[in-house]
Amino acid sequence: MQDLLQIIGDDGAPDERWEPDLTREQLHALYRHMSLERHLDQRMLSLQRQGRIGFYGPALGQEAVVVGGAFAMRTQDWIFPQYRESGAALLRGMPLRIMIAQFMGNADDPAKGRQMPCHYTWREGRFMSISSVVGPRITQAAGTAWAAKIRGDDTAVLVYFGDGATSTAEFHQGMNFAGVYGAPIVFLCNNNQYAISVPFSRQTAAKSVAVKARAYGFDGHRVDGMDALAVYRAVHDACLKAHEGGGPTLVEALTYRLGPHSSSDDPSRYRPEGELDTWSKRDPLDLMRKYLLHKGLWSPEEETHLTEALEAEISVAIKEAEAAPLPRIETLFEDLYAVTPPNLVEQREDTLKTHREIRRA
Amino acid sequence: MPQMTMVQAVNSALREEMRRDDRVVVLGEDVGRNGGVFRCTEGLIDEFPNRVFDTPLSEGGIIGTSIGMALYGLRPVPEIQFQDFIFPAFDQIVNEAAKMRYRSGGQYTVPMTIRTPFGGGIKGGHYHSQSGEAYFCHTPGLKVVVPSNPVDAKGLLLASIRDPDPILFMEPKKLYRAFRQEVPDGDYSVALGQAKVTRAGKDVTLVAWGYMHQVCLDAAEKAKARGWDVEVIDVRTLVPLDEKAILDSVKKTGRLVVAYEAPRTGGFGGEIAAIVAEKAIEYLRGPIVRISGFDTPFPYTLEDVYMPNADRVVRGVEKVMAF
Repeated sequence: MQDLLQIIGDDGAPDERWEPDLTREQLHALYRHMSLERHLDQRMLSLQRQGRIGFYGPALGQEAVVVGGAFAMRTQDWIFPQYRESGAALLRGMPLRIMIAQFMGNADDPAKGRQMPCHYTWREGRFMSISSVVGPRITQAAGTAWAAKIRGDDTAVLVYFGDGATSTAEFHQGMNFAGVYGAPIVFLCNNNQYAISVPFSRQTAAKSVAVKARAYGFDGHRVDGMDALAVYRAVHDACLKAHEGGGPTLVEALTYRLGPHSSSDDPSRYRPEGELDTWSKRDPLDLMRKYLLHKGLWSPEEETHLTEALEAEISVAIKEAEAAPLPRIETLFEDLYAVTPPNLVEQREDTLKTHREIRRA
Repeated sequence: MPQMTMVQAVNSALREEMRRDDRVVVLGEDVGRNGGVFRCTEGLIDEFPNRVFDTPLSEGGIIGTSIGMALYGLRPVPEIQFQDFIFPAFDQIVNEAAKMRYRSGGQYTVPMTIRTPFGGGIKGGHYHSQSGEAYFCHTPGLKVVVPSNPVDAKGLLLASIRDPDPILFMEPKKLYRAFRQEVPDGDYSVALGQAKVTRAGKDVTLVAWGYMHQVCLDAAEKAKARGWDVEVIDVRTLVPLDEKAILDSVKKTGRLVVAYEAPRTGGFGGEIAAIVAEKAIEYLRGPIVRISGFDTPFPYTLEDVYMPNADRVVRGVEKVMAF
């Protein structure tokens, strides 16, 4: 593979040497999920500003990495997300209504409102639970992939993390264990140039993240992270390699946050002027749309129809999610252990009694 | 029944469960070819070459990958060579393993048993002697188990590996080869969450776990010579704690001495003292006394001064009896 894999040119024309062999339906599904994530992010940021959800972390500009990566894996493969992978969770079948209930922390959230927004879980889709700590998932993902190998299962793992996470001990641990045991895993680094405000040059003196793979005994590749086909191609090939017993691969996707780190962040404090404009020229949605138009697989009418359909779908989901009640107080004391121990029973009963008495007073 | 040391009992439990359940895997530093630095995993790699793994020297890697294995459905039993070395994995244990069931609403669980030798008495200095149980007892979602003899070591370890939740299984290394017991060869388990009254008495209750339990049994013998009839409780499972066993005993004796090796401040013995003060103060006939390590790092040369011994425990008994 070349130094930086780029497939979709600025005009939408593909580099045919690397263009993946995807059907019209697959390409439409890929683009639809990227668009869904974009529309969802914009609506949720607006909901956050209205005070209807408490916090939000959008993936604006990173849809190609999120959806392109997940799209390249098979249904039996596991996904360890960072916290901007709503597109991947939805691709794996998580209902939009349930995801928005998680953002709202209400009773329809499978995790009962226990975590702040953007920490969704979807077991049915082999989509892992999310921690706000960025490193640990890398080592866990290596363990899951290693377990699949021990069991002789044809299962691989995709783990997402950012450039900041490559500075943690967990990156070293996960990469090292995966290399030593030949675990079937794809490490997908979403290098969006900043860990909140700290630029990539302060994470490492190395020229790239990809180059680090060599030290662990396997290959690292760099791709244009704004180019969904490039991400897809690299992750797909890495997944195939894992399936064939070739062990781990590191894929570094160069991308950019077109929005803030979160609803609490102001990127104008730390990003140089003009940088956003430069990266916006390769907005992943625009690129993918240009490619589809170039191939004669898309039309302005279809774009209009898609936009309307997604907005309507999101509106319905918001309405349904907002109808759910708050989690019951009892849920505070559930799911600690398979069997609730006496101390938690005591604390639950005391709390319920206190709340009953306060209400009566 | 064969006579076994605690090391042999741990080995027997691992072998038993690996035969019974092919999801059980053992991993850690030197646990394979070398059989572990204390030999707890001796011979396992010969019988289970594909389920026993010598790992890179990386506690965070051992626990992190074990969590990943447990998420996948295996039953990993990682070994941390000395509990003093566990802290690079602290985040994985506290923020990940312990919270997984809760934060995913029960969608994901981590059935993992971390085995680790702890405690002093082997001239190990700062980094081969610590008793860090309190850090982990402070973590909702985790269970903490501490055997004090070979029979319990095997039965509690079998129960732990079969348990659906993450467990820190702390083995008192001072007792690894201190004495033998008749240990059943086959399958049995000792239920988690149940303390045991190991000596009945009416004047004062001594509560302890691990090696300190042996110290308390010795202290009870010495106290008898002074005319005091001492009851001893082996806590066995720190989390979830068998409060009832402790409260029942204190209600009978009216006096409590808690012995633990860890530094005094914030030690788990303080939690037991608080529970008794909250729930049984009307039965108390004297102050609750803690006999513990000091608020210093664990020393090398003056180890015997640092570690609570039977004489210090007897002085605690004396203090509460004389009140």
